[in-house]
Amino acid sequence: MDWVIGGIKSLAVLFMVLNVSAFLLWIERKGSALIQNRIGANRANLLGVMPFNLGFVNTLMADPLKLFTKEDFVPDKADRLVHSLAPFLSLFPAVITFAAIPFGDTIEIGGRVIELQAVSLDVGVLYISAMVSMGVYGVVLSGWASNNRWALLGSIRGSAQMISYELAMGISIVSMILLYGTLDLQEMVRAQGGLLFGFLPAWGVFYQPIAFIILLVAGIAESKRVPFDLPEAESELIAGYYTEYSGGKQAAFMLSDFAEIVMVSGLVTTLFFGGWQVPYLGKEGSGSPIELGSLLLTVLQLGAFTIKVLFFCWLQILVRWTVPRFRYDQLMSLGWKAMMPIALVNMFLTALVILLVEQSR
Amino acid sequence: MSAFLFYPLAACALAGALGVVLARNPVRSALSLVVTLFFLAVFYVFLQAHLVAALQIIVYAGAVMVLFLFVITLLNLESDSGVRERPALAAAGFLAGAVVAILLAKGLLDSTVPDARGVTLGETFGTTKVLARQLFSEYLVAFELTSILLLVAVVGAVVLAKRTVEEGERDEARTMAAAEAETEAAHRVIAAHEAAHDHLDHGHAPHSGPGHVHAPAGGHH
Amino acid sequence: MIGTSHYLALSALLFAIGAVGVVVRRNVIIIFMSVELMLNAANLAFVAGANSLGTMGGQSIVFFVMTVAAAEAAVGLAVILALFRNRQTVSADEIALLRG
Repeated sequence: MDWVIGGIKSLAVLFMVLNVSAFLLWIERKGSALIQNRIGANRANLLGVMPFNLGFVNTLMADPLKLFTKEDFVPDKADRLVHSLAPFLSLFPAVITFAAIPFGDTIEIGGRVIELQAVSLDVGVLYISAMVSMGVYGVVLSGWASNNRWALLGSIRGSAQMISYELAMGISIVSMILLYGTLDLQEMVRAQGGLLFGFLPAWGVFYQPIAFIILLVAGIAESKRVPFDLPEAESELIAGYYTEYSGGKQAAFMLSDFAEIVMVSGLVTTLFFGGWQVPYLGKEGSGSPIELGSLLLTVLQLGAFTIKVLFFCWLQILVRWTVPRFRYDQLMSLGWKAMMPIALVNMFLTALVILLVEQSR
Repeated sequence: MSAFLFYPLAACALAGALGVVLARNPVRSALSLVVTLFFLAVFYVFLQAHLVAALQIIVYAGAVMVLFLFVITLLNLESDSGVRERPALAAAGFLAGAVVAILLAKGLLDSTVPDARGVTLGETFGTTKVLARQLFSEYLVAFELTSILLLVAVVGAVVLAKRTVEEGERDEARTMAAAEAETEAAHRVIAAHEAAHDHLDHGHAPHSGPGHVHAPAGGHH
Repeated sequence: MIGTSHYLALSALLFAIGAVGVVVRRNVIIIFMSVELMLNAANLAFVAGANSLGTMGGQSIVFFVMTVAAAEAAVGLAVILALFRNRQTVSADEIALLRG
């Protein structure tokens, strides 16, 4: 029975991640049109059904259909197996990271307590860090397998960028581990439930604002989005490491881009913004300002989680269409000379403060 | 852990290991090793070593193998003929390896090593807290020494892999010469086309203008 | 019933495969990867031992082995890069300068 419940939860999480990624594609197109003062895609229409056209059919039906029916080729002297494998090696870690992220508190069905988290890992944060590290493989292999000099250059640049910003991400995650004293994500979210100074929700961002900024920026760099997208550089380098990909495999790369947006949003929400915690709301008997019954509370918490994740997805899309891209050497010096030292100093200060607080207790 | 899970997973791990040794393409060899490391991480989880499993993925599969792949792609290695390069040596090696493997495996399977039923593992076995406590108390000296070792390794790797100034200049000169040779060849092709074009036109001497394309360096044609 | 001896036997098989790889292959990088395979086989044996004896010492040693293997991989690959730059080859047969 445990397996069945786990399977249902995993399927639900997978379903949500893939759907939000697809939805984000539409938000990106229409949102960018809004920011750039134009209309965006609005031509494709299903038999004239929609009176006003918001571009749904275009983005969510016509585009994927076009991509999947394109000719799927492997370049001449390229390694077929690795060429076909690389897009899915890129997609898989981005989607699977969400397995460790809790989207609700426990619910009780038929006397059985179910954690609303696809997999309850006691090393949840390390699992996320591990899956982020695995994301590099898709990039390295896609460039190499294309038998194309410039794709190789793009992939080496992209993977060097990813491993550089992984460091800053990891160190800021360590600051949060120090703060909460646990690696389990559900425990971290539960610890963000109280009130700070009597009126602020005890979210991680109020304890560690620097770590939040570093994690957000490093997460955007990790998914190679603007302003860090020189390895891909749509308007300059054709498509960088996925130049030689078309059809379904390119769709997989695009989907992995959006899945990484969702992943970074999920991570930032869980660590810094209280995950599924609704401010001032709590279970009955927990001493919060407002207390609600179990079912209503669960629904509200699910809604809160969704709103927070969508907010950060929207924020990343906004950043993409606002900021110009970095040059590659600026990108790398930002990662190594600015973000990593700041993250390190933040971690040491956190450890020092925690030590002093523990000793004075 | 049931045999239903162990044997297929063990077979997959062994297949990955064989892939490392037998693959002709170094990239496929590296990918096989990544697969093997993943299956080993699964075994660590089954052996109640959660932190070690996570570290295996982060450190080994996520960093060390990426480094291997970087080097393989940077050096642009081709597939070599793998184990067929020296058939006699390969056959002898495989035979010796098989003998050693079978002897060891048989001996270990028949041994009376106590398994986990003999000792009850606590709930906190394999968690980060317990491992960290041991690392920072019993094995503190080794921990500090490994930190120094890592620092030395980083410095050493940078020093070894860095290009010296002469090597950098030599590489640049080589690239420049190659670029010049390419432009030279391109110009010759254009000139040949022009000549053929004029020959086709009227057969008389090539007219002046864009027909005369001389290489800028040297001017020889 | 899968006991510790099964894990140790698996570790022995992986170790033997790695050893064969070191002996038979000529490409230096693949030799290196076979060495990493052997290290991983040893790690599996350590973790199985820790599980069987109920102590955490085995897992601590695995921690150190992983760290040392990572450091060794970094330095070894830097050496291979430098070697390639000088000799333009990674075949162990052709890197035979010290042969008397």
